[in-house]
Amino acid sequence: MDKVSLEVRAGAIHGIIGASGAGKSTLLRLINLLERPDAGTVTLDGRLLTEMPEKLLRKERQKIGMIFQQFNLVGNATVSRNVAIPLELAGAPRSGRMERVRECLQFVGLESKADQYPAQLSGGQRQRVAIARALANSPKLLLCDEPTSALDPGTTADILGVLQHINDVLGVTVVIVTHELDVVRRICTDVSVMEGGRIVDSFSRGDGGFLAPEGHAGSYRERITGKAGEVHV
Amino acid sequence: MFENLLKYQDQMWQSIGETFVMVGISAGAAVLLGLPLGTILYFCRKGQLYENKTLSLVLNSIVNVVRSFPFLLLVVALIPFTRFLVGTAIGTMAATVPLSIVAIAYYSRLVEQSLLEVPKGTIEAALSMGASKAGLIFKFLYVEARSGLVLGLTASTISFISFSTVMGVVGGGGVGDFAIRYGYQRFETEVMVYAILVMILLVQIIQFAGSTLARLLDKR
Repeated sequence: MDKVSLEVRAGAIHGIIGASGAGKSTLLRLINLLERPDAGTVTLDGRLLTEMPEKLLRKERQKIGMIFQQFNLVGNATVSRNVAIPLELAGAPRSGRMERVRECLQFVGLESKADQYPAQLSGGQRQRVAIARALANSPKLLLCDEPTSALDPGTTADILGVLQHINDVLGVTVVIVTHELDVVRRICTDVSVMEGGRIVDSFSRGDGGFLAPEGHAGSYRERITGKAGEVHV
Repeated sequence: MFENLLKYQDQMWQSIGETFVMVGISAGAAVLLGLPLGTILYFCRKGQLYENKTLSLVLNSIVNVVRSFPFLLLVVALIPFTRFLVGTAIGTMAATVPLSIVAIAYYSRLVEQSLLEVPKGTIEAALSMGASKAGLIFKFLYVEARSGLVLGLTASTISFISFSTVMGVVGGGGVGDFAIRYGYQRFETEVMVYAILVMILLVQIIQFAGSTLARLLDKR
């Protein structure tokens, strides 16, 4: 990855799209510093994450939700326990924890599954648990790494609905890495296109709306907006 | 035939007690020291979170040396250390020292293997939540690896029983020593058979308990 500059607007749903191996996931992991850049900075709400000592960085990470393609739940923990773990890590008082867990599960519509284990749930339900877990500490930013790539189309729409809802209702800024154009067309407000470790194009819904979800040929911009355009990075 | 068994009943019970002490203490050492050692081995490995070539090389060498020693020679070689630690090199407590050392080395390797089976994604999720080292270990790694850790401890405990049978050389006693002294050396075959049956039963119970617990703990 080289000379990448990405600015995510607060309140946006920012898509990062590109072929596999383009560096999308790496870029996402640079935001919460799961990957360390050799050079350059990461700033969140004016705070310079790259300069922070480990301990402060952990505190910051507790306020950044993240979900994954493979959900990455703790298989030996119940649904409610999975959601409780980030609260424990952040040192939330014991008394409020179960209440908060219930709220989060209610938000993703999985209250009734609180005592089940992830293995007993469908893929879409597992991703909802992962979302509830990511929301537990009331983050302002939610990072999504191919959140729907392991799901069928119906479930994908479902999960995208949840993400949209989070953005609308809770005002959480969402960054989504995906290789699926539909994901971008459906919910993203801003898009960055990656290729070979660089951002080669970026545009937003405000530039003239996105196409209905259907196939199209051409560049990512043409396939999403229906128009060719000058590249501005 | 049975009168022989009755005659040695007291010795038999005593030797079962000695086996329990030796195996129990070494299993305890395995958990208290082998588990952390195995966790360090895991973290220091190439490609893992706290990759550390030097520490990895040192710890791996120690673990391998201990495990490759013929056990009887290890017992002898450790006599000065045992004497330093428990004040004597003879008896059941003295026997627990070399057994515990083997137990720690043995179990640490199995712990490392179990932890390696935890998906990388789980660790990534933990780090993304801002988990500290302790949080990562106790809320993610050990939780996900728990059935493997129990199975490893079961397998280790069974080998400790086998190792404990030769502890007669330093007066450690135990069922194995009983079988050799009363059964084999005194030509009382039925006593020997009886002692072996006791050991088989012991191993079966431990394996059954370990497998059952591991199955109940595995919700993945």
